[in-house]
Order: sequence, then C-alpha cells, then structure tokens
Amino acid sequence: MSSNIPSDLKYTKSHEWVRDNGDGTVTVGITDHAQELLGDLVHIELPEPGAEYGAEDGCAVAESVKAASDIYAPVPGMIVEVNEAVQDSPELINSDPYGDGWMFVMRVDDEDALGELLDAEAYAAEAEE
Amino acid sequence: MQRTALYTRHLESGAKMVDFAGWEMPIHYGSQLQEHHQVRNDAGMFDVSHMVILDLEGAGSKAFLQYLLANNVDKLKDSGKALYSCMLTPEGTVIDDLIVYFITDTQWRIVVNAGTREKDIAWMQQQIASFDATLTERDDLSMIAVQGPNARAKVLGIMPADEVAIVEPLKTFYGAFVNDWFIARTGYTGEDGFEMMFPNGQAEKVWDALLAADIKPIGLGARDTLRLEAGMNLYGTDMDETTSPLTSGLGWTIAWQPEERNFIGRSALEALKAAGIKQKFVGLVLEGKGVLRGHMKVVCNGGEGETTSGTFSPTLGVAIALARVPASCGDTCEVDIRGKFHPAKVVKPSFVRNGKSVL
Repeated sequence: MSSNIPSDLKYTKSHEWVRDNGDGTVTVGITDHAQELLGDLVHIELPEPGAEYGAEDGCAVAESVKAASDIYAPVPGMIVEVNEAVQDSPELINSDPYGDGWMFVMRVDDEDALGELLDAEAYAAEAEE
Repeated sequence: MQRTALYTRHLESGAKMVDFAGWEMPIHYGSQLQEHHQVRNDAGMFDVSHMVILDLEGAGSKAFLQYLLANNVDKLKDSGKALYSCMLTPEGTVIDDLIVYFITDTQWRIVVNAGTREKDIAWMQQQIASFDATLTERDDLSMIAVQGPNARAKVLGIMPADEVAIVEPLKTFYGAFVNDWFIARTGYTGEDGFEMMFPNGQAEKVWDALLAADIKPIGLGARDTLRLEAGMNLYGTDMDETTSPLTSGLGWTIAWQPEERNFIGRSALEALKAAGIKQKFVGLVLEGKGVLRGHMKVVCNGGEGETTSGTFSPTLGVAIALARVPASCGDTCEVDIRGKFHPAKVVKPSFVRNGKSVL
C-alpha cells in the first residue's frame, strides 16, 4: 500500500496523526493508512469539548461498513474543539484524512508527551508491519 | 490459501484481497459503498467461484434429496427450477443452506457455502450411501454472479443470439444449460440478474467480456451489505448448528406437507413446534446514529435477544440488523452498542428489494 504519511506530522502506533499547532494545542485525526484499512467510514462518534483524557484513552470511535475502531487520545489533555463536519460526512476522513477529515483539537497538558510520538519515518515502519 | 481462476483479474482491478473460508477473495476494489450502489443502481459482478457446486445423478437422486432437505424438491416440476433449502441435523439445527436446481428426476445441481464445504460433503456422502445416487464435486467450474437492475440486459447484450433465445425467457429462480455453461436467474442481492457457471479455463475471458460490457467488479464486502438489506440469511452468523430454522426466519423453507415425508430433522422440528417457539427472527432499524453489528444484545418486552448480523445500510442511510428476539417482542427494542442502549424499530426481516426500501 502506498499510503500518504506527511513528514510535518507526528503519529501514534494506533494510527492517529497529531499536528502541533504551536499554541499549546494539537489537532488529531486518523492516518491515510488507517482509513485504507477501515474502508468507507459511515459513522463517527466524537468526544465532548471540555472532556479530559489521558494518553491512550479511547475518546472517539470511527465506524466503517466493515468495523468499529476506537480512536485514542495521543497525549494527555482536554478536548477544545471537535470537527462536526465529519459527523455529518464521515467520508471526509476517507477523502482527506489529514485535512477536512480532522477529528478533534486537544489542549496538551504536558508538552513533553509530544516528544514521545513517532515521526513519519518511524510511523511508516510501524504501518509496514 | 486457495485462489479462484480470477485471482489475477482481481489484482488487475485493484482488489484488496482477504482470507474468506480459506480462499483469497476480493473484499472490495476501492470502495465498498460505491460497489453497493453500483449493484443497486446499475450492474455489478461477483466472483463466487469459492462456492461449492455439486452434481447429483442417479435413479435415487430425488428420494435422497427428499430425505436430506427440509424443503421438498417435489415442488420442482419444471426443468431448471431452483429451490432454496436448509440441510438439517437430526436435532433440527442447520448444517447449511443451499440452492438445488432440478434438471431431470435423475440429474440435479446443488450449490452450498464455501465455509461449510468439508462437513457438507461428508454429511451428504454419509446419507447418500443407502440411495442409488452419486454426488460429484465440480471444482472444474467457476461461478460469476451478475446483479443489478441492468444486469440481465447487459449480459444478454453480449451473448450470441442462439444463447439469448435460451437465457432471455428464464423466469426468476430458473436456470438452464447453455452448451457447457449453466445460467440461472438467481442471486444474493435482492436485485435481478444471473448466476453463471462455466469451465475454469473460460473464467478470464468471461470476466473481460463482462468488464467490457461496463459491468463493474464487486467485492464480498458489498455482497454482505446487499444480502443483509435484502433480508437474506448468511450461514454461520444468522443460523448454524446451534439454531433451528424456526427461530432463524427460515420457517417458510420447511415443507411440512406431505406428512409422510420423513426428512432429517423433521421429528425434532415437530417437537419444537409442539412445545411452542419462544423466539422470532426480525429486522431492526436503528432510530438514531450508529452502526449495528452482529451479536449485539437486544432488550425488548419479554426479555433479551441478539442481533445475528448488522451493518450500515448504504441504500437506506441507517443501521439495520437481523435479530433473534423473544416471541413477545413488540414494535420497538433497545440495542446495546458498546455499553449504551440505542432505540431501534422492530420490522419484518427485509429492508430493500429491487433498489427500493420496503420499510
């Protein structure tokens, strides 16, 4: 599979991507590889703004015609914004996983946690497996 | 892992291949949703060569089938007519569901599921011993199903006139031999179309001709959402050797008459019926957002039940399921989706026919 893995993003082993917005928040979505694995998405459950999560806590669900997949908070923090557009049009995640298909924005509790995420090269190696 | 004669063609069409009952099969060719709509709105083709084609021959063939199957092949009077039936254990549970085509009293063709191949054949060979009949596996044949509102026209459009003369008049649930092919107006999608069986060596040529007629390849993923919308059972999830056809929405396939016909499982079914059937098989339509899957807990009047298969219905835009629930279950229920209860409507187990909602 020739999935797209932008080099300016960070990644988790569980196939979330993380964009550092430089203001103490990060934007989170699922990778191109993840949407390929899931197939056509048909239903997204997003967290409530204001909800607090630890790293690797399940905070959203992406359901395709095939299966339901938990989406995990990549770092500890609080949800400050969710992308309601993907609730109405889950296919945005298939067509534009790193753009219009973003899922939520978190205020990061501990900036050091960002350093523990994978870079594009390390994620590419994970996704190969 | 086994491969059909069309394996290379699947890769050429961009298929994502998965393990299905020991066969490397296409789950989709890019988008399961698009493939689903393609079949509902136009025409698509499925490689179903993994399914098991069996030919039954001999003077005792009819008597054997009347003993083996819960439905009664004596209903088949016209050559080519097909019958859907369950094959039961003596305990009245389901070994498999199948289609049998009547050719003559001494010649029948049977199609059973790929996932139950070994046990089906073993069971049939065990039962056939006392009949003057022989069963032959036709692994030399491939099978392609072409389904959709435009399926018949597109297939007939590329057939020579002498074959059209045989195939065009076929009524629903009839098949016919056309030289070394068998073509039947049957399927598993709730749409019109054909299932075509032919020698493996011709498979790639047939596939290419169908592609050229603008019939798109459809994976097993869409096959599942199409059959579920049509309310057609899937063996292994909607019924199996732990369930009765009477609680699987398959009561209509049991031929109780004539009473003197002794078929395998009959006495067990009669006992179950006499004791009172405590469950029924229904369709569910989720009221809000979310996706129903197989084997979710259902709570309703009279107790608890379970979805047997579920999905997001691409045609209806809502989640649907087949479910086994208490017989007293009313018009509504709640389904446990990952720990939260969601309301659902209880309907007849059929959602879409010929492209249209039947809700």
